[in-house]
Amino acid sequence: MEAFGEIFQYILSGFSTGAIYALIGFGFAVIYNSTGIINFAQGEFVMLGGLATIFFINMNFPLPVSVIFAIATATLTGVVFERLAIRPLKNATPLNLVLITIGASILIRGGAMLMWGKDTHVLPSFSGSDPIYIADATILPQHLWIFSITVLIIAASRMFFNRSITGKAMRACAYNREAAGLVGIDVKKMVLFSFIISSAIGSLAGIIIAPLTMSSYDVGVMLGLKGFCAAIIGGMSNGAGTVIGGLLLGILESLGAGFISASYKDAIAFIILLLILFFRPEGIFRKDETERV
Amino acid sequence: MLEIRGMTKKFGGLIALDDVSMSVGKGSITGIIGPNGAGKTTLFNIVTGLYTRSSGEVYLEGTDVSGYAPENLARLGLVRTFQNVELFGRMTVLENVMVGLHTRSRSGIFSCSLKWPTHIMEEKRIRDEAMQRLEFTGMTGIADIPAGSLPFGMGRRLEIARALAPGPKIMLMDEPAAGLNSRETLDLADLIRKIRDAGTTVVLVEHDMELVMDVCETIVVLNLGRKLAEGAPREIQENPAVIAAYLGEE
Amino acid sequence: MTEAKRDILGFLLFAAAVLIAPFFFADSYILNVLVFVGINTLLAVALNLLLGFAGQISLGHAAFFGLGAYISGVMTAAHSFDPWLAMLIAAVSTGVAAFIIGFPILKLKGHYLAMATLGFGIIVYIVFNETVDLTGGPSGLPGIPNLSLGEFSFDNDIKNFYLIWAFTLLAMRISLNLYRSRIGRALRAIHDSEVAARVAGVNVKNLKVQIFTMSAVISALAGSLYAHTMTFISPASFGFNFSVELVTMVIIGGLGSVYGSFMGAAILTLLPEFLRIFHDYDIIVYGLLLILIIMFMPGGLAGGFRTALERLSRSRKQGAD
Ligand SMILES: Nc1ncnc2c1ncn2[C@@H]1O[C@H](COP(=O)(O)OP(=O)(O)OP(=O)(O)O)[C@@H](O)[C@H]1O
Ligand SMILES: [Mg+2]
Repeated sequence: MEAFGEIFQYILSGFSTGAIYALIGFGFAVIYNSTGIINFAQGEFVMLGGLATIFFINMNFPLPVSVIFAIATATLTGVVFERLAIRPLKNATPLNLVLITIGASILIRGGAMLMWGKDTHVLPSFSGSDPIYIADATILPQHLWIFSITVLIIAASRMFFNRSITGKAMRACAYNREAAGLVGIDVKKMVLFSFIISSAIGSLAGIIIAPLTMSSYDVGVMLGLKGFCAAIIGGMSNGAGTVIGGLLLGILESLGAGFISASYKDAIAFIILLLILFFRPEGIFRKDETERV
Repeated sequence: MLEIRGMTKKFGGLIALDDVSMSVGKGSITGIIGPNGAGKTTLFNIVTGLYTRSSGEVYLEGTDVSGYAPENLARLGLVRTFQNVELFGRMTVLENVMVGLHTRSRSGIFSCSLKWPTHIMEEKRIRDEAMQRLEFTGMTGIADIPAGSLPFGMGRRLEIARALAPGPKIMLMDEPAAGLNSRETLDLADLIRKIRDAGTTVVLVEHDMELVMDVCETIVVLNLGRKLAEGAPREIQENPAVIAAYLGEE
Repeated sequence: MTEAKRDILGFLLFAAAVLIAPFFFADSYILNVLVFVGINTLLAVALNLLLGFAGQISLGHAAFFGLGAYISGVMTAAHSFDPWLAMLIAAVSTGVAAFIIGFPILKLKGHYLAMATLGFGIIVYIVFNETVDLTGGPSGLPGIPNLSLGEFSFDNDIKNFYLIWAFTLLAMRISLNLYRSRIGRALRAIHDSEVAARVAGVNVKNLKVQIFTMSAVISALAGSLYAHTMTFISPASFGFNFSVELVTMVIIGGLGSVYGSFMGAAILTLLPEFLRIFHDYDIIVYGLLLILIIMFMPGGLAGGFRTALERLSRSRKQGAD
């Protein structure tokens, strides 16, 4: 039963990182679906979330206030980015969009480095760090925070996209931008909204994972890429696909690190990413479509 | 020359082409007409290998070429133009036509990199031939202008010149008159006949009825993915089913 | 003057300027910087073939550079191979690797291609770091010998300058030849409209893989030259940041322009030298440059020059009328 306990432990911790990947991937999907942009700066919102929270806590704000301020900081960054770089861009080829979002990610990362230096910072756990025992495995209270916030966010955004007028309008943009514009949807506003939503969710992901990892100005790159990997596995959907993609990635990574090699942990995500892109670029759930010429 | 049998194309639930068969005689000018969304462009995309078909076959001079890649069809002498003009905008007019001669030249990456003598000779030949095509389509004098800066009508003409460059057996034209003024449309009619007289079979998708009735010998009518009628211009004009389809659209 | 003559004359002038440069900069520090300008130009010219000509992005080119450097480095430092032989093996095996991954990777377009090449680059980077027995891991691989011809060893900056620039000038000449040739036109056609290129008979899939492989081989050569010049390499030089830096060089210079690639490489190599005070923060300047160029100068420096020249000649003509 020893091995089983071990596997169970890996799966549990894979579940929690997977939930984070799902949230980050969700951010990718929201922007992609309303603009066709893969936002390479997505990971930087995650980084901002963690570091800004620590910053506000060090200024003696209570945790909940710090969290709100941090989300506001990241969201503001997202809005400024959309306004200054995305909206005015005239020649919006995929190549230029890739480059401009990379440029933005470098700037945001650089800004964070100027502000908070190159050191790693620690955010204390939200409610202590006494392990909780489940069968043979242990789990930290922070994991519970991660699960519940992820579930909450996913549920809330489902409601938003399925029920609210704005959410439906955003879905219409995802389906067909031109047609959405023709029926009177303010497409530009929806693009801005998608940046707001995705930077807010991204930063929240960064905040809830921060107590389990270290935070520094450069954590966004890896987290962002893994979030993208989750979104790709899920076929860039605004819904369940990305969640499953994130959980799958988290669990595979955790099992791989445990049973194959911890030092190649990061490589696992990228190998999965390449395999998916090579063999099922439309995700593992979607049927393929004929690209329009 | 070209034969299409039982062509069917489904996009998810949408049936864009439903069991369409037609044949195009050598040296003819054949028109394909039909309301928006009838499946005309889709048919071209399948014949030129850009889309995969759900079922059906394409024969080029008797050989089954269904599912061939576009570049292989080009080698066999099948070329086309696009509804939304597809030019190489950052290249000059002359260079665009020279790309059209890709299948009529063979220098590889090494001889091009090292400027091999065979490549230099071939380059000169291609350039001369491309110049001839520009003359044929009446575009000398603008050879060195970037294609992206051409006015729309000229762009359409350049696309034709590029497609004609290799001396194709058959050329599919997707709405070549769209966006042209009446003067340009008249010139186009002359050009199409000139192309046919030079030995290239022409298939024409077009909404401009005057042009179609003027130049085409046979017309195929598509509606909602199905072949509705086929015949000489006069017959088509009087066909009640065709009239109904067009009126129904209004 | 015909286009072809202008091309040759321009290149000869450029080459002459490069060859006499060391006489003006006897200072060894500047000479050392110019060696790096040479290596970076070689890399930018290589990437330009793929990104500038064919319009296919790679965010993993540092990996090919690194493969060249590490294969050369490991074979010579640990296994005493002849450096030239090692360089050849490095170029060939990197080429084979690029050819193999080229087929699945270049099926992807736009954002997905960017992500896939990025993923490839990071995997290679992780391997450099983790195969400690082979590469020395994060602390690097020392003791790589200089290249030599018989008794003559390329062991100082001036010798390395000429060695590296010989390769760089050759690569530039090859690129210039390619640009105005059947293959160059086909590549640029792919950049502008892939469907139209296919319908015109261009085998897009094969050609993309060919140019990707060629670009990787040149990058690997740059890597070998780098390893033998520095005699020490570590993974940090071959990470994601450097891939982005390479792309920035090509964009700053102007997509497709060979001399532009040189300008981009020169600027990004010299900039940090002038921005000593910023030290770690030079990456911010790259980010800013990248955004500003894309927003306000889509043709890069080369495009900017061209428009400026055109304006000048137009106003002169108007003056003459
Ligand atoms: N790649 C695609 N994916 C999904 N549906 C498609 C695709 N291409 C075409 N369609 C659909 O197939 C149908 C036929 O389209 P097609 O472009 O062939 O029409 P058409 O006859 O050329 O019309 P038009 O005269 O407007 O050019 C349309 O309903 C169109 O929306
Ligand atoms: Mg059409």
